[in-house]
Amino acid sequence: MKIVVLVKQVPDSGSERSLRADDGTVDRASASNVINEMDEYAIEEALKIAEAQGGEVTLLTMGPDAATESIRKALSMGPDGAVHVTDDALHGSCALGTSKVLAAALRTLEFDLVLCGAESTDGRTQTMPHMLAERLGVPALTGARKLTVEGSTLTVERQTDEGYEVVQATGPAIVSVWDTINEPRYPSFKGIMAAKKKPIATKSLADLGVEAGEVGLAGATSKVLSSAKRPARSGGQKVEDSGNGGADLVAYLSAEKFV
Amino acid sequence: MTDRVTPQELLALDSLLTAEEAAFADSVRRLVGDVVRPHVAQWYETGVTPVRDLARELGKLGLLGAHLTGYGCAGVSAVAYGLSCLELEAGDSGVRSLVSVQGSLAMYAIWKYGSEEQKQEWLPRMAAGEAIGCFGLTEPDHGSDPAGMTTRAVRDGDDWLLTGTKMWITNAPVAELAVVWAKVDQGVTGFVVPLDLPGVTVNEIHNKLSLRASATGELVFDRVRLPASAQLPEARGLKAPLSCLTEARYGIVWGALGAARDCLETAIDYTTTRTQFGRPLAGFQLTQAKLADLTLEYQKGWLLAHHLGRLADSGQLKPEQVSVGKLNNVREAIAIARTCRTMLGANGISGEYPIMRHANNLESVLTYEGTSEVHQLVIGQKLTGLSAFA
Ligand SMILES: Cc1cc2nc3c(=O)[nH]c(=O)nc-3n(C[C@H](O)[C@H](O)[C@H](O)COP(=O)(O)OP(=O)(O)OC[C@H]3O[C@@H](n4cnc5c(N)ncnc54)[C@H](O)[C@@H]3O)c2cc1C
Repeated sequence: MKIVVLVKQVPDSGSERSLRADDGTVDRASASNVINEMDEYAIEEALKIAEAQGGEVTLLTMGPDAATESIRKALSMGPDGAVHVTDDALHGSCALGTSKVLAAALRTLEFDLVLCGAESTDGRTQTMPHMLAERLGVPALTGARKLTVEGSTLTVERQTDEGYEVVQATGPAIVSVWDTINEPRYPSFKGIMAAKKKPIATKSLADLGVEAGEVGLAGATSKVLSSAKRPARSGGQKVEDSGNGGADLVAYLSAEKFV
Repeated sequence: MTDRVTPQELLALDSLLTAEEAAFADSVRRLVGDVVRPHVAQWYETGVTPVRDLARELGKLGLLGAHLTGYGCAGVSAVAYGLSCLELEAGDSGVRSLVSVQGSLAMYAIWKYGSEEQKQEWLPRMAAGEAIGCFGLTEPDHGSDPAGMTTRAVRDGDDWLLTGTKMWITNAPVAELAVVWAKVDQGVTGFVVPLDLPGVTVNEIHNKLSLRASATGELVFDRVRLPASAQLPEARGLKAPLSCLTEARYGIVWGALGAARDCLETAIDYTTTRTQFGRPLAGFQLTQAKLADLTLEYQKGWLLAHHLGRLADSGQLKPEQVSVGKLNNVREAIAIARTCRTMLGANGISGEYPIMRHANNLESVLTYEGTSEVHQLVIGQKLTGLSAFA
């Protein structure tokens, strides 16, 4: 089974993140960049399937040259190789532009299954699997908390606010996963050392036959007009207990719709 | 409040590491966070640690014999191995001891001095954590002076008969095999001894007030019959076990810093949130002087460890240099732990916080693998050309 996992390098959500003043894009230069958390779950799922049924796991990343570092990290978990789409013209691409590039890259690869995280911690659009499915004409099973592969039949428990739905498709297909699906492994020492020698194929827009004008800031269909820092946390509300503290607490919680 | 950095970040120490070395440390830190930190206080309290389960987890990551090559070992650099020891000991010195004894003492002895059959038989299983090894050098009456050992092996046909007692042996109560050092007619040599042989008795040492998350025992050998193939063919003389100790000591140079870092981080965390006299404890000059001074020692120790690591990776590390590292870093780590303890007041003596556990553990670390005094004598002899051992 050939599995491609989409992996994005994002600014660490655990540290200070900001947008660039000049073009409103994510400031990657001053951030500490990591693998998008949810993608680690997609990688783990791919490795588990490949280990159980045999197969090959390839990572696909679109991002600046510096994303190589995250690709090596992801490879240290165990995938066989990676494709890195990098091109100066990609800077500032919107979700639609990104899907165009990733779809073009996927067309150059053989796959039975594409796995990705349900969302990235920087963009959080949750749209990529749908866009890719549409462009490639394959089914999208999104928001999986469980994935079963039997032959070419893919069965997913799709997590929703109320519970879960069981949905099924025939591969090749795209499956996006939540962090409830598994527990990603730590890169082992051997994995870290092997990652150095694994192939990373670099592709430019020209290699993929995508016009520079269709992507990047110039081709973006959405644009950041303005942005503001999140306001500092306010002190919160203190409930003093002068006999009716319990009732006050409940009143507050129900007013805020917590209960 | 202005921007804060950790003791590790203050001097940008991590800038001295390659991305790969940082990745090794990261994996060990995550493992320790998942399989050690949530449980270690209880292991320490009860004196019962699931060593076998733990060993398998550590083996899966590649931590056992990590710096050795072949036979299922990862073959990482000395710096990467050192960083692993630091991260493990930030969890607990007992867990780092398990790894040091398995990898740097038992596995190293077989890897360096063993026959091909011994290596094939033991190393892959030991690397995976399926077989646990221990290292018997110390005896009840011979600690700092192992040359005085009385454990003996005598020939009986082609076989050996091993007799003697080894004391304070880490991992002994849970081990499948021991590398045992004994005198034969030609001097000191080593044997690989499966501990289920007739004539072997293993007694666990209880009532330790230090290193309680590590199993320690006594090994008694009463005319234990060993085939000729049990002898480590390349181990000739006391320098063989001493070379193993140099390996393990090198790991301790880094490891002790892990305990120190955990104490420092705990103390900084505590004093910035605990208020007395209307302000956080960390806002008082006396507290800041402690934190600053301790952080200096941590950083100096780290730079020393890193220097020794680079020497080791270029094949130049000398035993007396490892003595410098062990003497300094364990001594400073224990001082850091004790001073950090004061900053937590009564909470400092509580098992709810890791500091007293680290401080107590470091008492063992100060003693094993050559006491501070022994390392002073090693360094003194190198500086003066005069031996003051005996
Ligand atoms: C928890 C723990 C785990 C251990 N694990 C192992 C293990 O796995 N394998 C193993 O073989 N051993 C192990 N040991 C034993 C350890 O290596 C010895 O305890 C150590 O070498 C010191 O020996 P000793 O306890 O007999 O002390 P002694 O040698 O009796 O020393 C007592 C004191 O006298 C000092 N002293 C000794 N000689 C001199 C001198 N010439 N000049 C000045 N001062 C001197 C020492 O520095 C020390 O302060 C372990 C010990 C502990 C506590």
